[in-house]
Amino acid sequence: MLETIPEFFRKLAETYPKWNFIFFYDPVQWERVLGGLLVTVQLSIVCVIFSVVIGIIGAWAQGSPSAAIRWIVAGYIQFFRNTPPMIQLLFFYFALGQFTPTVTGADGWTEQPIISNVGWAIVSLSFFAGAFNVEIFRAGIEAVPDTTKEAAESLGMTRLQTYTQVVLPLALRVSLPSLNNNLVNLVKTTTQAIAIAVPELLYEMVSIWNDYNSAQNAAMTVLFFTYIGLVGVLIFGMHRWERALFIPGFGGTK
Amino acid sequence: MTNTQWDEGQPIVSIKNVRKSFGDLEVLKGVSFDVQKGEVICIIGPSGSGKSTLIRCINALADIQGGSIQVEGQEVHDDDLDKLELRKKVGMVFQQYNLFPHKTALQNIMMAPIKVLKQPKAEVEKRALALLKKVRMEGKENSYPGELSGGQQQRVAIARSLAMQPDVMLFDEVTAALDPETVKEVLVTIKDLAADGMTCILVTHEMGFAREVADHIYFTDNGVIVEHGPPTTFFDHAQDERTKAFLGQIL
Repeated sequence: MLETIPEFFRKLAETYPKWNFIFFYDPVQWERVLGGLLVTVQLSIVCVIFSVVIGIIGAWAQGSPSAAIRWIVAGYIQFFRNTPPMIQLLFFYFALGQFTPTVTGADGWTEQPIISNVGWAIVSLSFFAGAFNVEIFRAGIEAVPDTTKEAAESLGMTRLQTYTQVVLPLALRVSLPSLNNNLVNLVKTTTQAIAIAVPELLYEMVSIWNDYNSAQNAAMTVLFFTYIGLVGVLIFGMHRWERALFIPGFGGTK
Repeated sequence: MTNTQWDEGQPIVSIKNVRKSFGDLEVLKGVSFDVQKGEVICIIGPSGSGKSTLIRCINALADIQGGSIQVEGQEVHDDDLDKLELRKKVGMVFQQYNLFPHKTALQNIMMAPIKVLKQPKAEVEKRALALLKKVRMEGKENSYPGELSGGQQQRVAIARSLAMQPDVMLFDEVTAALDPETVKEVLVTIKDLAADGMTCILVTHEMGFAREVADHIYFTDNGVIVEHGPPTTFFDHAQDERTKAFLGQIL
């Protein structure tokens, strides 16, 4: 069986030269696809986590008594929400990357920046998606009635306790459907890291079809199905989470 | 600031010439009264007369522009006020119950003693179960607020407030959002509390209840206390025209 799959695709490429699924029979190309997929998955997971953390902290800071903090958050949202993520990636890597210190590599003579292109992609994409997450969580927080917060306050809870124990758990439930959408977008936006040569899935696929022009249609087809699969896993997880957080009498259905 | 001079013979809550405005609108125009330990006080009056605002000022949910409010000798409207200390002494129950919808009845009651008072969980749980029994809600400890009726939620809210072991309880129109048939179960709970000697300050529209449980009635209108007295004197021998007009409409 395992033998027949490479054979099938090799034959297919011979019969239809425009459909060369080279990575399914050439182990070297297969390794490149797997490597790219691994980077995409890692980049997605790390950025999803960071962007949610940024969203939670940002939404908390938006309610800060300090006007300066509120302005900083507002400025951050305006910048990252209203500019294209591709330009942000280029800006972080090429503009800010110049100013970060370098370290001497393992070989003893090359100078490498302290933050790699993967590092900058994580920073850039997390802040991009995080800006939307702040707004998503803000909508959830505003849906929590002031009277519920007053009840927490009248029980002696501090602002932080009220936020972590009452406001956030309720806001999260309201925010989940929108958060879901934004995280799906984030996973898809990781492909833009190709602009700074992060070896994720799109980068590897484009490299393959640059080396083997006949693999272009095949690579694009596989890309579509892979992203449908990746996003499907994310949506499945988010729906499981939504159901796990269901509480009787507070919106949603089990 | 200090409450070293306070002893139980003095008023537990002392309100002196309190003024409060929302922008240009003055809602409290110099209100004064004292509450002794164990007393039950009912504040009645037409909507918009500042009743709810007044009791919200007692636990510093609202600030005041003039006068003084002292709880056990401690000035409430002081920039250095330790709000946690105040809120350990003063419990509050709201018109809309305001239970935490993501917590069960038992968790609602246990949350503040554990998180705020840092008491051990086992001890708090024991007390919470006893309180649920006291408000006649045993068997509902694992229900979420969304699964309870308004009257049941309000009784859990009362238990939640009692779990902090306050010295004074504030009730802000706690039956106003309830169906007529569930009003009674909440009033019975409050009556039990009063009978146990809890100091209660209630804003209410339940005149029959006020007459039965209150030691003293205050009638507010337009930001001032128009008339006050023990229930029988107040209801049967009202002096002021505004009081008479109000009671005439309601009774």
